[in-house]
Amino acid sequence: MTLVDQNDIDAIWQSIGMAEHKHEDDVVKITVSGNRVLGAHLLPGVEVDADEKPDGVAVNFRILDEAFIAKPIQLCFGVMPETGMQHIELNLNIGENSRASVVAHCTFPNAVDVVHRMDAVINVGRGACYSYFERHVHGPAGGVTVVPKAKIHLGADARFKTEFELIKGRVGVMDIDYEAECEAGSVIELIARIIGAGDDRVKINETAHLRGERSRAFLQSYLALKHDAFAEVYNTVTAHADGAKGHVDCKEIVQGRAVARAVPIVDVRHPGAHVTHEAAIGSVDSKQLQTLLARGLDEEAATDLIIEGMLG
Amino acid sequence: MALLEIRDVVMRLGETPVLNHLTMEFWAGHVHALVGPNGAGKSTLANTIMGLFGYTAFEGDIVYDGESLKGVPVDERARRGITLAWQEPARFQGLPVHKYIRAGAKDPSDDRVDQALLKVGLDPRTYRDRACDRTLSGGERKRVEIAALLAMEPRVVLMDEPDSGIDIQAINHIFDAIQFFKQNGATVILITHSLPVLQQAEHAFLLCNGRLRDKGPISKIENYFAENCIMCATPNEPEKRQGAWQ
Ligand SMILES: Nc1ncnc2c1ncn2[C@@H]1O[C@H](COP(=O)(O)OP(=O)(O)OP(=O)(O)O)[C@@H](O)[C@H]1O
Ligand SMILES: [Mg+2]
Repeated sequence: MTLVDQNDIDAIWQSIGMAEHKHEDDVVKITVSGNRVLGAHLLPGVEVDADEKPDGVAVNFRILDEAFIAKPIQLCFGVMPETGMQHIELNLNIGENSRASVVAHCTFPNAVDVVHRMDAVINVGRGACYSYFERHVHGPAGGVTVVPKAKIHLGADARFKTEFELIKGRVGVMDIDYEAECEAGSVIELIARIIGAGDDRVKINETAHLRGERSRAFLQSYLALKHDAFAEVYNTVTAHADGAKGHVDCKEIVQGRAVARAVPIVDVRHPGAHVTHEAAIGSVDSKQLQTLLARGLDEEAATDLIIEGMLG
Repeated sequence: MALLEIRDVVMRLGETPVLNHLTMEFWAGHVHALVGPNGAGKSTLANTIMGLFGYTAFEGDIVYDGESLKGVPVDERARRGITLAWQEPARFQGLPVHKYIRAGAKDPSDDRVDQALLKVGLDPRTYRDRACDRTLSGGERKRVEIAALLAMEPRVVLMDEPDSGIDIQAINHIFDAIQFFKQNGATVILITHSLPVLQQAEHAFLLCNGRLRDKGPISKIENYFAENCIMCATPNEPEKRQGAWQ
């Protein structure tokens, strides 16, 4: 790891409004700006090594077997300048029967032309319980291309929940691609909540393969789009074993000239498996809207409040 | 003077007039009831006063505070002080009760939100952060709705069947709210099929088949309940009835 410049660290955390947490000693915290690891505060049970590369960093992140990390691990990936490329190669190993959660903040507040690419390989060991919440803070101009890809493996009885949220600032271009293999008794939840505006482009491709008996998957994508934004959502669950259960839930609110497409794919290959899906695309519910209008909110404020509730 | 006047309003939904030459007056600081059989046009009248989508094209006029409401959109009517509580209030996924109440509140302070909840018998500590979604029971949701109206401090309150789904204890909170609106000088318009709700009012209008069949103090209109609608021998049969009543 390289030198730690506290001012740089402060700037990046301030951009996501979290400066006040900097002195918490019992929180694992890692800050990556561009291709530099600015700081890492670790605790027993967590091991990290990082290699700086010309256009990003390669991070090996391990939660040891049986480790219990009480407070959410805070990761911050940021690109503060207007332009830049940040490629994160993430190798994540969640040890057997461990418990940990991560909150990853991705901040590009000044972006004009920034690319943030993440290639993750995530292994959640047998009986482990791991959650990953990724929150993006973009500037009002968009200007970011975000390409997160993850290959996920869940061991028997493991639980993994990932939430991706981008509801502040403009998206730019987003191309999410997650694919998970789930062994017996494991549970995966893939959740995305995104607000798109202007000429934002959003593509979500999420797949869960329920290989093991009683494995379960829940895929939820909630999007709100306005102006000329475009989104396409491909959510796939394949079920191969007895007692496997899955549900795909895609909800998209479109306003203005925005376009949304949802393609839920359900592929069941065992008579004892059960997978359901629902997809709803449309404008905000008329009764909800009129209720708020009848309280005196204008249409934009009413719509924002409905969407905030749905995505918040 | 009447705060709200319905002047010879004819409203067609499809072919038939659902409101048929209605003329009515509603007074500030008074509670009014609209009664009449299913399909009489009570909700349609409320929706038309509120100016909801699909209820804006009508003949005649609706005059509020001396000005026509024709062409005035729903939200503008609400900002001028008119509001409506639906029989079945909308559910909002993920929206906390306090945010919902605050959204239309005249004074959006925490205290005001809590007071409004207390007034309808909901403990703010329990309900403030609950989502205004399907997890609220029907009665709880309706009480949250009344709380939102209280916080809004409207001048005209339209309530469509305020007692439906409300238990016998909670109904008193709804009645308190109705009297509270009245004491604050608001015009209250209750749509109801129930005698106890009718008895909250001072004046009542009996609608049948889109027409005003009778009006007066509730002592007069109560007979409609007591005598099981014998005043109106052929409810909702326009051809037979129109002759009889014109
Ligand atoms: N959008 C619509 N299109 C056509 N007819 C409608 C529409 N909405 C209501 N109606 C009809 O208008 C009439 C009046 O309906 P309204 O809902 O106002 O009755 P109501 O008096 O509120 O009855 P209830 O006591 O059952 O609530 C009914 O015959 C109904 O079927
Ligand atoms: Mg009705």
